[in-house]
Amino acid sequence: MSAVLPAVKSGEVGAQRITFVVMLAFFILGPLVMYPVFLMKVMCFALFAAAFNLLIGFVGLLSFGHAMFLGTAGYVCAHAAKVWGFTPELAILAGAAAAGALGLLTGLLAIRRQGIYFAMITLALAQMIFFFCLQAPFTGGEDGIQAVPRGKLLGILDLSNIWNMYATVLVIFVAGFLVIYRTVHSPFGQVLKAIRENEARAISLGYNTTRYKLVAFVLSATLSGVAGATNALVFQLAALNSVHWSMSGEVVLMNLVGGLGTIFGPVVGAFVVLAMENYLATLGFWVTIVQGAIFVLCVLAFRRGIVGELGRLIRKPL
Amino acid sequence: MVFRKLAIAAAVAMAMATAAHAQISDGVIKIGVMNDQSSLYADISGPGGVAAAKMAVEDFGAAKKGMKVEIISADHQNKPEVGSSIARQWYDVDKVDVIVDVPTSSVALAINQVTREKGKAFLVSGAASSDLTGKACSPNTIHWTYDTWMLAHGTGSAIVGTGKKSWFFITADYAFGHALERDTEEVVVKSGGKVLGKVRHPLNAQDFSSFLLQAQSSKAQVIGLANAGGDTINSIKQASEFGIVKGGQSLAGMLVFISDIHALGLQTAQGLIFTETFYWDRNDASRAFAKRFAPQYKGNMPTMVQAGIYSAVLHYLKAVEAGKTDDGTKVIAKMKEMPTDDPLFGKGRIRADGRKIHDAYLVEVKKPSESKGPWDYYKILATIPADKAFRPENEGGCELVAKK
Amino acid sequence: MTEIFGIPTQAFMGQLLIGLINGSFYALLSLGLAVIFGLLNIINFTHGAQYMMGAFVAWFLLNKTGMGYWWALLVAPIAVGIVGVIIERTMLKQLYKLDHLYGLLLTFGLALIIQGLFRNEYGSSGLPYSIPSQLAGGQNLGFMFLPNYRAWVIVFSLVVCFSTWFVIEKTKLGSYLRAATENPELVRAFGINVPRMITLTYGFGVGLAALAGVMAAPIYSVNPLMGENLIIVVFAVVVIGGMGSIMGSIVTGFGLGVIEGLTKVFYPEASNTVIFIVMAIVLAIRPAGLFGTQK
Repeated sequence: MSAVLPAVKSGEVGAQRITFVVMLAFFILGPLVMYPVFLMKVMCFALFAAAFNLLIGFVGLLSFGHAMFLGTAGYVCAHAAKVWGFTPELAILAGAAAAGALGLLTGLLAIRRQGIYFAMITLALAQMIFFFCLQAPFTGGEDGIQAVPRGKLLGILDLSNIWNMYATVLVIFVAGFLVIYRTVHSPFGQVLKAIRENEARAISLGYNTTRYKLVAFVLSATLSGVAGATNALVFQLAALNSVHWSMSGEVVLMNLVGGLGTIFGPVVGAFVVLAMENYLATLGFWVTIVQGAIFVLCVLAFRRGIVGELGRLIRKPL
Repeated sequence: MVFRKLAIAAAVAMAMATAAHAQISDGVIKIGVMNDQSSLYADISGPGGVAAAKMAVEDFGAAKKGMKVEIISADHQNKPEVGSSIARQWYDVDKVDVIVDVPTSSVALAINQVTREKGKAFLVSGAASSDLTGKACSPNTIHWTYDTWMLAHGTGSAIVGTGKKSWFFITADYAFGHALERDTEEVVVKSGGKVLGKVRHPLNAQDFSSFLLQAQSSKAQVIGLANAGGDTINSIKQASEFGIVKGGQSLAGMLVFISDIHALGLQTAQGLIFTETFYWDRNDASRAFAKRFAPQYKGNMPTMVQAGIYSAVLHYLKAVEAGKTDDGTKVIAKMKEMPTDDPLFGKGRIRADGRKIHDAYLVEVKKPSESKGPWDYYKILATIPADKAFRPENEGGCELVAKK
Repeated sequence: MTEIFGIPTQAFMGQLLIGLINGSFYALLSLGLAVIFGLLNIINFTHGAQYMMGAFVAWFLLNKTGMGYWWALLVAPIAVGIVGVIIERTMLKQLYKLDHLYGLLLTFGLALIIQGLFRNEYGSSGLPYSIPSQLAGGQNLGFMFLPNYRAWVIVFSLVVCFSTWFVIEKTKLGSYLRAATENPELVRAFGINVPRMITLTYGFGVGLAALAGVMAAPIYSVNPLMGENLIIVVFAVVVIGGMGSIMGSIVTGFGLGVIEGLTKVFYPEASNTVIFIVMAIVLAIRPAGLFGTQK
C-alpha cells in the first residue's frame, strides 16, 4: 500500500521538478538571446497570471477585477519609491501590502457569491478602484506616475544596472512561484480543491469554507500585488491601464492559453501572450483581432491550454 | 599566413570605411513611428502618419545622397507602459535613432523620459501637452505640430475678439482636458471675458445631453469643448440635436482635426471655430502634398499631425546630413540651429525649449452649400503669426531656457 | 425661482427627463442581453459588437442602398440576427454542456474579432448618420428643449420592452421557451424542437441589440468602438436587475438612467462609475439582483 502511493506521487512531482528546472534555465539563459526588459515583463506577468490561476484553477472562482491588485500595488510602490524615497524592496512590500489589504476588503464583500455574481462584483469593485485611481491626485491621472527611480536594493545593489534588476526580478518571480506551488501542494491546497469540487460536502466535513476561500483570495491578491509593484519598478512608471478592466481580461487570456488549473500554464501563457503582443505591435493594428481569435480557438478546440495538453500527453499534471 | 594578412587588411579597410562613414550608427538611420494604430486616434495619425514619414524620406532624396534610411512603426494602443516598453526595445535592441509622433500625452511623457536617458531623439507630432516644452522639456525632444497653449490661446482669444465674452466649458475629466480648460479660461479672462460655469465629464461619456442642457441654461455665448476624439464628436453631434447653435450659442472646439469633421459631416459641424496649423487646401504646396498623400491612405486628406510628421522627419534628415551624425542629442541641437523650411508649414524655427514655431490658422467649418466637394471643409478666418501663436519661451518653466 | 438641491426646479426637471430618456435606451440595450441570459444561460459578451453592427448596417443601408432609417429599423435587426444565428449554430452550441465561463470567453473573443475587423475597415473616428427628417427638430417644453428624436426613443423603447416582456412572460410561446431552458428533455418529449427555439431566441436577443444600434446611430457617433464602451454598463444593468429577469433589466435600465442623470448634475465626473457602486451595493444586499431568483 505505502509502496504504491509514493511511487505515483514522486512520478508526478518528478515531472514537475524537471519542468521547474527547465523554466529556471529558460529565464537564466534567456537574456542572452532575448531582450532582458521583455523577459522581466514576462516574469512579472507570469507571477500575476499564476496568482490569478490560484483562484480560478484551484478554488474555482473567476475574478473579473484582478487588475485592481496589479495596478494598486504598482501605484503604491511607485509613489513609495519616488515620493517617500523607499528602497526598492520596501517599495515592493508596500505595494504588496496595499494589494493584500485591498484583497481583504474586496474579498469580504465578494467571497460569499458564486460564479458569475462573484465575477461581476469583482468587476464592480475594480471599476470603482479604477475611478479612484483616475481621480486621486497622487496617481497622476492618465499621465500616471512617471520617472520612478529603481533605487538601490537593500541600500547596496544599484538596480539601474539592468543585470542587477534582472537578477532581482528573477528571485522575486521564483519566490512567488514557489509560494504558490507550496500552497497548492499543502493540506490547505487540498482543502481548496475539495471546496472547488464540492463545497457542500466540504462544509459538511466541518471546514469553514468561507474562511478558506478568503485566505486564498487575499493570497492571490497579495501575489498579484508583488507582480504589479515589481513591474512598476521595471518600467519605472505606474499607469492607468494596469487598473483597467482590459488588463483583467488579459490575465484570463494568459491562463486560458497556458492551461487553467495547471502549475506552469500561467508562465507559458504569459510568455505566449506577451510575445504575440510584442510581435504584433510592430505589425500595427491586428492585435485585437488575433487576441480575439486566440480566445475563440482556445475555447472551442484547445480548452486545456498548452501546458494542459502537454500534461495530458505525458499523463502527469503540470 | 596569407589568411592572417588578408584578415588584417580587411579589418583595416573596414575601420577606414566606418571612419569615413563618420558617426552614423551602424550605417543606417532608423526612424521609429509610434502612434495609435487601432483605436481612438488612429485616424489622426495612425498608418497615415507612417505614410507621411515615408514621403518625407523620399522627398529628402536619401537614396541619391547615399544615406540609408529605414522606417519601422508600432502601435502603442494609448498605453504608457506599452509605449515605454516598445521605446526601450527600439533603442536598446533595434538600434532606432529617432522616435516620431506619439499621440496621447501620457505616452509621450514616458517616451520623453526614456529618450532622454538613452540620449536618442524624439520628435513629437501627435501629443498635445505643453509640458513637453515646459517642465518636462528635454534636450532630446522637439515638440512639433501643436500644443494645448496654442490651441487655447488661438481659439480663445480669437473668439473673445469677436465679442463673444461669456463662456461655459464642457471638459473631459483628465489631465489633458483640465489643461485645455485652464489655458483657455486664462485667455478668456485676460481678454475681458467671463466663465459662467464648467462641467467635467468622464472620458468616453457617450451621452452629453445632460451637460449640454447645463450649458444651455447657463446662457453663455460660447460653449467651449475641452475634450477630444469621440467625446468631441459626440458633443457636437448632440449639440446640433438640441438646437444649441440655432438657439444662438456658439460652439468652440478646443481640439478638432479634419478627420473629426469628416466623421461628423458638414451638416452637423458647420460653423464650428477652432485652430489648426495645417490645412491641405491652404495653398498650392499643401494641395500638392495632399494629392500625393491621399492614395497612400484610403483617399483621406492629411491631418495636421500627419503633416507635422512629414515636416519633422524632413528637417531631421537635413540636420543629420549637415551634422554628419545621428547621435540624438547632437541632432536635436543641430535642428534647433537650422531654420526650418518645408512646403507644408513654410518657414519657421525651433526654440531652445524644443518648441517648433510656425503660423497657426483660425478656421471655421463651411456650410454644406459652401463646400465644393469632399474634404473641402474649412474657411481660413485668420492667420496667427508664429511668434504670437505659441507660449513665450520664458513662461514655460523649462530648465533649458537661459534665465535672462 | 425655487430650487431643488441647489439647482433651479426647471433645470432639475430637464435633467430628470434626460435621465429617463437615457434609461429607456439602457433598458432597450439590456433587454437583448437579459433575454439571452435569462432564457439560455449564455453570457453574451458579443452584445456590444452586435449593437455596433446594427448601427453600421443602418449607415450602410443609407449610404449604399438609399434605404433610410425606417427601413433600417426593420432590416438591421434581421440581418444581424442572422449573423447571431450562425454564431450560435456553429460555435455556441458546443459549449452548452460546459461551464458558463467558456461561453463568456468565446463571446468575448468574438467581440474582439468583430470590433477589430470593423476598425480596420472603417477607422475609428466614426461615420456620419443624421436624424431622419420626420423626427428632426424639437419641442420647447418650457423647462427645456426636447428634441423630437429623443421623445421617439422613449416611446419606442417602452413599446419594444413591454412587448418582449409580454411575449416571454404571458404568451404560450414564451412559456415554451421558459420551460425549454429549465427542462429541455421534458419539453422535447412534447415534440417541441428545442435546439431550434434556442437558436431563434439567441437570434432574437441579438436582433434586439442591433435594434438598439439603429436607434443610437442618429445621436451617437457611429464608430467601431461604440459597443465596447457600453458593454460593461449593460452587463451591470442586467446583473443588478437579476440575471434571469426581463422585467428586472427593464426597470433597472430606466432606474440607472435616472440615477446617472442625477449624478451628472451633482458629481458629473463619477457618472460612468455610479452604476458599479450601485451594483456592488445591490449584490451585497440581494445577491441575486433586485428581481432575480437564486438558481
